[in-house]
Amino acid sequence: MLETQSIREELAAIVGTANLRAPVAQDAVLGVVPQFIVEPETEKQLAAALSCANNAGLAVIPRGGGTKMEWGNRPKRADLILSTSRLNRIIEHAWADLTVTVEAGCTLQALQSALATHGQRLAFDGLWPERATIGGVLSTNDSGALRLRFGSLRDLIIGVTIALPDGTLASSGGKVVKNVAGYDLPKLATGALGTLGVITRAVFRLHPLCPNSRTVAFFATNWDEMQSKLHAIQDSKLAHSAFQIRAAAGKVPEANLMFEATEAGLSAQTACLRTVLGATSISETSSLEVWRARENLFANLQEHSVVAKISVLPSEIAKTVQWLDGLHTSAHISWQAIIQATGIGFLRLDADASTLPKELTALRAQFERNSGSFVLLHRPEFLRSLDAWGDPGDALPLMRAVKHRLDGKNTLNPGRFVGGI
Amino acid sequence: MGISSRLLQEFRAIVGPRGLISSPEELRTYECDGLTNFRVMPLAVLLPSTTEQVQSIVRICHRERIPFVARGSGTGLSGGALPVENGIVISLARMNRILEVDFPNARVVVEPGVINLDVTACVQPQGYFYAPDPSSQSVCSIGGNVAENSGGAHCLKYGFTTTHVLGLEVVLPDGSLVHLGGKCLDAPGYDLLGVFVGSEGTLGIATKIILRVVKRPECIRTLLAAFPGTNEAGAAVSDIIAAGMLPAAIEMMDNLAIQAAEAAVHPNYPDCGGLLLVELDGPVAEVEALMQSVDAICLKNGATEIRLAQTDTDRMLVWKGRKAAFAAMGRISPNYIVQDGVIPRTALPRVMSEIARLSGEAGLRVANVFHAGDGNLHPLVLYDRQISGQEHAAEALSYKILELCLAAGGSITGEHGVGEEKKRMMSQMFNEPDLDTMQRVRCAFDPLLLSNPTKVFPTPRLCGEKPGEYAPHPLETAGIAERF
Repeated sequence: MLETQSIREELAAIVGTANLRAPVAQDAVLGVVPQFIVEPETEKQLAAALSCANNAGLAVIPRGGGTKMEWGNRPKRADLILSTSRLNRIIEHAWADLTVTVEAGCTLQALQSALATHGQRLAFDGLWPERATIGGVLSTNDSGALRLRFGSLRDLIIGVTIALPDGTLASSGGKVVKNVAGYDLPKLATGALGTLGVITRAVFRLHPLCPNSRTVAFFATNWDEMQSKLHAIQDSKLAHSAFQIRAAAGKVPEANLMFEATEAGLSAQTACLRTVLGATSISETSSLEVWRARENLFANLQEHSVVAKISVLPSEIAKTVQWLDGLHTSAHISWQAIIQATGIGFLRLDADASTLPKELTALRAQFERNSGSFVLLHRPEFLRSLDAWGDPGDALPLMRAVKHRLDGKNTLNPGRFVGGI
Repeated sequence: MGISSRLLQEFRAIVGPRGLISSPEELRTYECDGLTNFRVMPLAVLLPSTTEQVQSIVRICHRERIPFVARGSGTGLSGGALPVENGIVISLARMNRILEVDFPNARVVVEPGVINLDVTACVQPQGYFYAPDPSSQSVCSIGGNVAENSGGAHCLKYGFTTTHVLGLEVVLPDGSLVHLGGKCLDAPGYDLLGVFVGSEGTLGIATKIILRVVKRPECIRTLLAAFPGTNEAGAAVSDIIAAGMLPAAIEMMDNLAIQAAEAAVHPNYPDCGGLLLVELDGPVAEVEALMQSVDAICLKNGATEIRLAQTDTDRMLVWKGRKAAFAAMGRISPNYIVQDGVIPRTALPRVMSEIARLSGEAGLRVANVFHAGDGNLHPLVLYDRQISGQEHAAEALSYKILELCLAAGGSITGEHGVGEEKKRMMSQMFNEPDLDTMQRVRCAFDPLLLSNPTKVFPTPRLCGEKPGEYAPHPLETAGIAERF
């Protein structure tokens, strides 16, 4: 490794001394304290700083708004935090073409506000939009309720530029919604937790903001009933934009649906839902409280709280909840969950016992046996050694090969991703 | 270079005598795909019927360094299934079983040789359909759709093949088997599924595919609007989008394309300069409200005639004309070249008038049929091979049109793929570091460069850190590839 002083000088020459600083306590990544915080203003500066760190053998942690730094495993090393906070411009909102090109450090809310001036949106409802950045939501593959209708981020991103550890700035995809030229690297970058390259900009396809929307709620007396209602709705001709089920230990499950349509369409949809649900009554409810409820799972975290992203087959949501209820009874672990009709869910567990590691391992095995997954997002200090991801399957050697080809020195986020990548 | 009888014997032992084609007469069927102006004779064609057979074949190719090309129905339009010199073709046509239909989760698991439309056929009774609908959907295979990330008229609303593929079983170019994605969403790890779909056969062979099927909407309405020209029709498209609507499809045809369709399948289109076909689907109340707006927008932009397809039969006829448009060119021209460049929708009037200018300069007619909602052009350059120099002029014109698309900020291909045909255009669309990064990903999958090695990239990149002894790659010897 080069002398720290000479690296500092080199970095300062790239980004300017004002944009290179020493860490403060909050800069630690799951307890690992870096040496430098670098805030480049341009893609070229970012690529140059990354390349400099790579040459010097420093481990680099890319960071956007810093809202999800605890997702993934504790990094094996963390020397330099590469912040995209100043790389936050909206480069082009081609509103007539329904596309936007935006730099990675732009917050989701800043982007949505700008798009809204032309009656458009990125059809994605991420966590903490005030602080979460485009680069961050892409890298962590955050997944909101609108996914049911509009697909996930992988379906909305149409172009990406990433900086590779060797300083290469590589673009793929493009600025048009339909394009099959070359490999679809925007999808590769999405959900890679910044382990292959640092996203510097992205291009998205957009959707019109719908002027009318209605959120409704209904309850089921038990889980079998909820499961059959979920199936009835998904098998109906309803055209809802979002559908989630909220549940907690010892409570009856509540379902929320969002309709977006013309005024005439909304009334017809609500009537149709009543027909599908039969005797079950439905009520209109506040959309803000309902569709940001996912954030509540991360609020007031206790000493032994765990938050996980789960994935199950939509037909097995009730079965999943039975496992959770089993945990509640047998191990006194209380739980609350928001499960989307796609089978993606967010689960909070609270326990007071040291049985947690054993129970989490058993729970993950349940999910994996049923071809699902259980990924830890938040966990207490004493559970940090538990792998966040679970079994990546038989493609792990291939994933390692991809990592090796793009980040041969293991510079980016070492150890934070699946299988020790 | 031929193929040794020892190898033929080895291949025959895997697939049986009926699964191996090696006689020159029979091989001729496989010397090209839907792009017929490129032809290469393969050494042999193998028709495996199981994943294990595919693995065994690929292991031999890996051991012997024989390049291979996977082939579905051979309907591709960019030469993706064109054989490579001294290589074999692996046809997946016999792996054509639908393995599982799971209605509660709206998933269908198929083998790669299953025909696109057969997926819809097997879920239709329960009111579902498989959304990607390339014009060749009655003959093209799901495996080919996966390789090309096929689109279709309805991808404006429903997305492409990649949106509807949830999982894959893949035989990698060393013969090993991996599973990408799965029946559940967001499996931990890199989205290699997303990389594989649309990789044009360069990363391996998909042997099992988990598809998502979609519930058929309550109603479908198709409107046909006649405009004096494509500019007026294009302005109507912009207004429809600006009004916040997302139709299931918006298709446009110019006068030459209308004439051809009329001659071929008699869809009874109005004779006009620009024809727009707008399809809305969804709940009845919603569709009817929106259809009124579409109608008003078309009138405002100078539509001379508006028709609403009233019955399913009417709708089918309207679509038949559109889907037969390529084949219909045979009625008005002996030969044609079709491209599928994409432009930002707003560039449409400018690009159309440039195409008209180039067409005049070259003295060749260009018919235009396109997915107007997403800016995916399909200029058909008409020519006569018998007239000396015309084929060359037509090729040159078609590449110039792609350059126009790039200059407008678009892409060289929206759904047909790069394949053999457009690989030389790739370096105009992407910079060297972009292409190099893609090829680094390719090297992770296929370090020996055996899977459809000559396609997509203008200069195939041989991968460093090759396992085993250095031996010159066949492509290197032939001067096709260079080592980095």
